[in-house]
Amino acid sequence: MNSNYHTKTVTELSAMLQAGEVSSVELTRYFLDRIKSSDDKLNSFITICEQQALAQAAESDEKLKAGNAPALTGVPIAHKDIFCTDGVKTSCASKMLDNFISPYDATVVKNMRAAGVVMLGKTNMDEFAMGSSNETSYYGAVKNPWNLAAVPGGSSGGSAAAVGARLAPAATGTDTGGSIRQPAAFCGITGLKPTYGRVSRFGMIAFASSLDQAGPMGQSASDCALLLNAMAGFDEKDSTSIEKAVPDYSADLNKPLHGLRIGLPKEYFNIKDGGMDAAVEAAINTALDQYKAMGAELIDIELPNSALSVPVYYVVAPAECSANLSRFDGVRYGYRCDNPKDLNDLYTRSRGEAFGMEVQRRIMVGTYALSSGYYDAYYLKAQKCRHLISDDFKKAFEKVDVIMAPTTPATAFNIGEKTDDPIAMYLSDIFTIAVNLAGIPAMSIPVGFAKSSTGETMPVGLQIMGNYFAEAKLLNVAHQYQQQTDWHKQMPEEFKA
Amino acid sequence: MSNLSVNTGSGSWEVVIGLEIHAQLATKSKIFSAASTAYGAEPNTQTSVVDIALPGVLPVLNKEAVHMAVKFGMAIGAEVADRSVFSRKNYFYPDLPKGYQISQFDLPIVGTGSIDIELENGEIKTIGVTRAHLEEDAGKSLHEDYAGMTGIDLNRAGTPLLEIVSEPDMRSAKEAVAYMKKIHTLVQYIGICDGNMQEGSFRCDANVSVRPKGQQEYGTRAELKNINSFRFVERAINIEVERQIDLIEDGGEVVQETRLYDSVKNETRSMRSKEEANDYRYFPDPDLLPVMITEQYRQQVKAELPELPEQKQQRYMDELGLSAYDAGVITASLPLADYFDVVSEKTADAKLSANWITGELSARLNREEVDIQHSPVNAEAFAQLLKCLKDNTISGKIAKDVLDAMWNGEGSADEIIESKGLKQITDTGAIEAFVDEVIANNASQFEELKGGKDKMMGFFVGQVMKMSKGKANPAQVNELIRSKMK
Repeated sequence: MNSNYHTKTVTELSAMLQAGEVSSVELTRYFLDRIKSSDDKLNSFITICEQQALAQAAESDEKLKAGNAPALTGVPIAHKDIFCTDGVKTSCASKMLDNFISPYDATVVKNMRAAGVVMLGKTNMDEFAMGSSNETSYYGAVKNPWNLAAVPGGSSGGSAAAVGARLAPAATGTDTGGSIRQPAAFCGITGLKPTYGRVSRFGMIAFASSLDQAGPMGQSASDCALLLNAMAGFDEKDSTSIEKAVPDYSADLNKPLHGLRIGLPKEYFNIKDGGMDAAVEAAINTALDQYKAMGAELIDIELPNSALSVPVYYVVAPAECSANLSRFDGVRYGYRCDNPKDLNDLYTRSRGEAFGMEVQRRIMVGTYALSSGYYDAYYLKAQKCRHLISDDFKKAFEKVDVIMAPTTPATAFNIGEKTDDPIAMYLSDIFTIAVNLAGIPAMSIPVGFAKSSTGETMPVGLQIMGNYFAEAKLLNVAHQYQQQTDWHKQMPEEFKA
Repeated sequence: MSNLSVNTGSGSWEVVIGLEIHAQLATKSKIFSAASTAYGAEPNTQTSVVDIALPGVLPVLNKEAVHMAVKFGMAIGAEVADRSVFSRKNYFYPDLPKGYQISQFDLPIVGTGSIDIELENGEIKTIGVTRAHLEEDAGKSLHEDYAGMTGIDLNRAGTPLLEIVSEPDMRSAKEAVAYMKKIHTLVQYIGICDGNMQEGSFRCDANVSVRPKGQQEYGTRAELKNINSFRFVERAINIEVERQIDLIEDGGEVVQETRLYDSVKNETRSMRSKEEANDYRYFPDPDLLPVMITEQYRQQVKAELPELPEQKQQRYMDELGLSAYDAGVITASLPLADYFDVVSEKTADAKLSANWITGELSARLNREEVDIQHSPVNAEAFAQLLKCLKDNTISGKIAKDVLDAMWNGEGSADEIIESKGLKQITDTGAIEAFVDEVIANNASQFEELKGGKDKMMGFFVGQVMKMSKGKANPAQVNELIRSKMK
């Protein structure tokens, strides 16, 4: 029997599980088989947790039988390999942690397990989440399911590719400068980066602590709402998580959008230095027209300090990462070089041999930015600029309910295309970074396709940004669009079956 | 070698000293994790995932550590900051699991305050406290026992420390020790540190420089690291001062550096120079929120402060009638004051208790280099001894012998007096028998005594005491001899 479970959203699978139309074990086995038969094309998984997943599924089936099981009970998903998972390899896609089996679960993993979710496996990513193309992984590049020559985006490229190809109904991701939204856009899926502090960072391997935030990656806004319900919440183990009640993110999905004020920042639409793809802009404009047709009002706004985002980000994020990655020293766990001569040799060779080039580049940039005599000029100044960027958003949200812009200036580029040009690579996050610097929530939803530079038809993502803790509003705005359109239901030809 | 008497600040050089004291806070759990801070456990058994810095873990501030820091600030009348910030101090070392220490840098929790110390001549000098900040301790590297390898014990990693930084206000090693002792006493009084120096709960770094008398600018300083006894602080500073003066007088220059005091060789030697010093790349720790302290909280903590050393000393003088000296000696150590309180309450005789504690007991403690907490005779047992003295069960002389026996673990005062038959003889008939016998044996001397040779009184009392093996009540003996003279 071909049940085509992969064509179902989490929302649909949840209903089927609750109704007893399918068991979690059947569903889990179905997706495990799909991963095994198709993932060699994508390389989206680092670890597949077959035994554990089936055991969790069996447990979920018991709970479903007993009744009153939470909505996500028995739904199989994938976790980005940045989340610590008890008893399961947690590599962060680095040689440094290739041998690391976490003795504890990240709060996100724990929360989702408590909500009944089954973990299929751990997805590939850029090493330590540093990258925009998933090419920096120790386990090799991930391919875009829409075009196997293209990147899936990064750093949550494995999660995006797996969901795009429906190897998993949904996945978790993390977003430090666009790492959920950019790959979601490249792979034609829906991704949400929540407000900083909404989801616990405990057990999520830190890249840039003041920017990192975990979020859901799924087929629809409705799926993301269900997943966020399970992920979000205050955690006493994370001092930066916020003690604020978690609303039911599914509750407001169907609110009409009439009178919605959508801000269009001119800085995100008028890129002087090129880079903005005309076909992408056309798809975005069509989506905006759709919103207008749904009763929304389009308002031109300004985010005057937008141009500071990329330079500020590339001071703050490397500075924080340079300290965060100091614990990987070859002393207590992880990679240790052979036959160290002395302590210095142990440090330099362990780190030199196990960190990839991009990670090393950022550690060096960050170390430099924090060093004596440069701190004021770089880190301190960057933090001040960060306030300017936040203030831009605060002012904008006095006039509008949400802000819309392209998620990326162009569709997915090809593997290898930007690896030798870090600046070009960094600029692919130009539209997503400001959101992290301000700490506001934002989504990316698929709004059509555009021909890439190599002539392939690739997904385009619309970014929807909201005020602090406006996740429910974003999900509502995205869901209403997805009720009118079917871009989010499109599947890559190669993975349709 | 310089022949200048630099230690007292005389001669042509002036010594300038500032101290950084590390007081380990007496919290039950670590400053950023729930692991225990208890000392002496098996290596790496008191470590949580946070302490060993596993990937993904985050620090959570222990509010008790903040409370203790605020207590210190209020006790020295310092500014306690409305907002203070934890920063990362970055450096690599195997016993520093994260590769950075969480400390406070430009925004410490406690700002400017001061402490009064008493100089040898009785003068009071005010020493400025620049700041006190919270930070976590590192683990320990164990270089022995692992043939060519180093063992790492992370039990101590994450233990809360309050680093108390003084102004360079001290002018001799003795002043530095007096200041350090004053802080040592204070932190124990307010219950934020156990003060145990052997276990490293209280230790200091000393910044030492010299300058020609009358010169305004400070000389170049050397930092003496990790000194964990009062005696070593004094010796380390003096030896370093001598080294610096010799160096300058021989035409050399002091270089800014970190030095280690070797107590075995009694010398300081260079650890690293300023050029080799780490660039710690401090920046605010993004994993922790700023610590916000309200005026209400400050006042609440202030109201909770226990009696401080000076207050206790005054009370002992005013209410218990102790001398300023005795009250000062006893209150200089909280455990000693606690001991005194018990003894004084049980004996209902504060002066007797003070005399015996500052006298006989302290002499024995000093001789054996034992601190009061580890005294083989506890306060209850000591009080029992003094009660026997007070009610004439034994004489003062016998009491010292009994104390020796108690010290040696021979039992309680009562048991020793009983088993050794030391009970004072107060039965007049028994004493009279001794007196009669002594008079009979020394008839001619007795005549001399009766004839007015008062000096003979001592002889007769002595003879009776000897015959009674010291147990006869001397006052009664005196009285009986006098009655026989009539």
